[in-house]
Amino acid sequence: MTTIFGVPLPAILGQLMLGLVNGSFYALLSLGLAVIFGLLGVVNFAHGAFYMLGAFAAYVGLEYLGVNYWCALLLAPLAVGLLGIAVERLFLRHLYQLDPLYGLLLTFGIALIAEGIMRGLFGASGRSYPVPVLLQGGFNLGFMVLPIYRAWVVLASLSVCALTWFLIERTRLGAMLRAATENARLVQAFGINVPLLVMSTYGAGVALAALAGVLAAPVIQVSPLMGSSLVIVVFAVVVIGGMGSIVGAVVSGLVLGLVEGLTKVVYPEASNIVVFLIMAVVLVWRPTGLFGKE
Amino acid sequence: MRAQMTVYGVLAMLALAAPFLGLYPVFLMKLLCFAMFACAFNLLLGYTKMLSFGHAAYFGSSAYVTGWLVTAHGWGTIEAILAGVAVSMLLGFVIGAIAVRRQGIYFAMITLALSQLVFFICLQARFTGGENGLQGIPRGSLFGIISLGRDLSMYYFVLLVFVLVFMLIRRIVYSPFGQVLKAIRANEPRAISLGYHVDRYKLLAFVLSASLAGLAGSLKALVLGFVTLSDVSQGTSGEVILMTLLGGSGTFLGPVVGANIVVTLQEYLSDLVGAWVSVIIGAIFVVCVMTFRRGFVGEIQGRFARAAGTP
Repeated sequence: MTTIFGVPLPAILGQLMLGLVNGSFYALLSLGLAVIFGLLGVVNFAHGAFYMLGAFAAYVGLEYLGVNYWCALLLAPLAVGLLGIAVERLFLRHLYQLDPLYGLLLTFGIALIAEGIMRGLFGASGRSYPVPVLLQGGFNLGFMVLPIYRAWVVLASLSVCALTWFLIERTRLGAMLRAATENARLVQAFGINVPLLVMSTYGAGVALAALAGVLAAPVIQVSPLMGSSLVIVVFAVVVIGGMGSIVGAVVSGLVLGLVEGLTKVVYPEASNIVVFLIMAVVLVWRPTGLFGKE
Repeated sequence: MRAQMTVYGVLAMLALAAPFLGLYPVFLMKLLCFAMFACAFNLLLGYTKMLSFGHAAYFGSSAYVTGWLVTAHGWGTIEAILAGVAVSMLLGFVIGAIAVRRQGIYFAMITLALSQLVFFICLQARFTGGENGLQGIPRGSLFGIISLGRDLSMYYFVLLVFVLVFMLIRRIVYSPFGQVLKAIRANEPRAISLGYHVDRYKLLAFVLSASLAGLAGSLKALVLGFVTLSDVSQGTSGEVILMTLLGGSGTFLGPVVGANIVVTLQEYLSDLVGAWVSVIIGAIFVVCVMTFRRGFVGEIQGRFARAAGTP
């Protein structure tokens, strides 16, 4: 059997596949974070909590309401996105004139509330969500078995990322969004409803996080704290990629997922911290991040 | 100034008499440790406007080092505390040197990410006891003369350290160094154009804050006799932010007030409502950010200043 570093090749490929799956979650989450930051100037600490709520929405939908995976894929982001819109209208909107740190603190508080409520209702233990029938099993590639669901996660998140990129860079709506990011007052003066744009952007970014949550539900345990450490890794990812850059967020998300997977093979103890180490190195070398402009 | 001295005097009397007023000394010491932690944090947030989202890293790692040295190596109390502070100082230097390269929101995210790194190291390292943490840490004695095993003597020791730290922070803020920090907070480009090496000042403030946070952590380890992973976790980092914000960042007494409120709330609510405590903490965060960003002490001082006619 072929081995690299004394590790059999299928094991490496398996970990790389896992890394790619994690990387797709990082990409989806950091994409939403980057879009929100670009327009609102808010670092959304509640992003991990919204991801968790997305997964729970799918779980609750299936357990109590009989909503299947495919409907959840649509409904959960919608519901959580609406919640995000409510948060923007009620709280965030009043903080835009202030130091951006207040936005971070507010969303931190909201994350605590969301996680606390879910822990109060469902307890801290994880719950499993079944893989939908259509995506069960795996392809035998000869050298390894590729679980269909994992391939689907990667494919789905990459398509959503590409779609978001297209929406922002190639459509009229995206043009308005980019213009408002540059100079909100001027765009407002042209008669474009900027507050509405800001509100829907936050809702959309939050919906992306929820979508990642639904996609993640069958591969991880759905638990109230599933987002709280993930959001820190995603912060590191956007610091590495450079905030406000969509391509940077997606690419660094995927690459860091792969690097993490590879670290699990080579030196498992460091797999939790490798992203943070890379962040430190990148900051020393290029303080603006790999894709950042500033 | 006169009013301030009166307030300090009353507080000092209260603190001295507190164990005899029927308050549980261990709880009082816990209050003091977290108040010290919040004061150390305030040195950074209040006077340089740098929001570190990872101060638990210094608090917790110093607690671990002190606890480990006392338990596994039989070090004396003072030496172990100093070693803990030295470690948090070093950690503060390394993390600070990386983080001060960026400002504002980035600074917060970087300190958060690097403190998570420290968290995972503490989770996996041998000497920290992993998930179990360190338990049964003896308090030892001061120079082999005064035993700290009794709650009362430990209380006065912690109180003494707290008062010294509080005075040190006042001294730092009113020193020329503190004035430069305020200048940087007010207008960083101008401070640069005046020839100050802004990054060095920020780094020094960061290291000072991290070391004092470490001191608070070491004392907490000795007071309670245990260190757990929650001492280095992001939850603790968030709590110290809340304490400072709630009490009033940039005021001397604010963090003390905030720490008292948050620790007391946690102590009583956790029996009452269990897991819902974090909902309440989160709600306080939201209310604080939305309605009184100057904190309790900040608002009161604002009122007084307005009443006295000096805006």
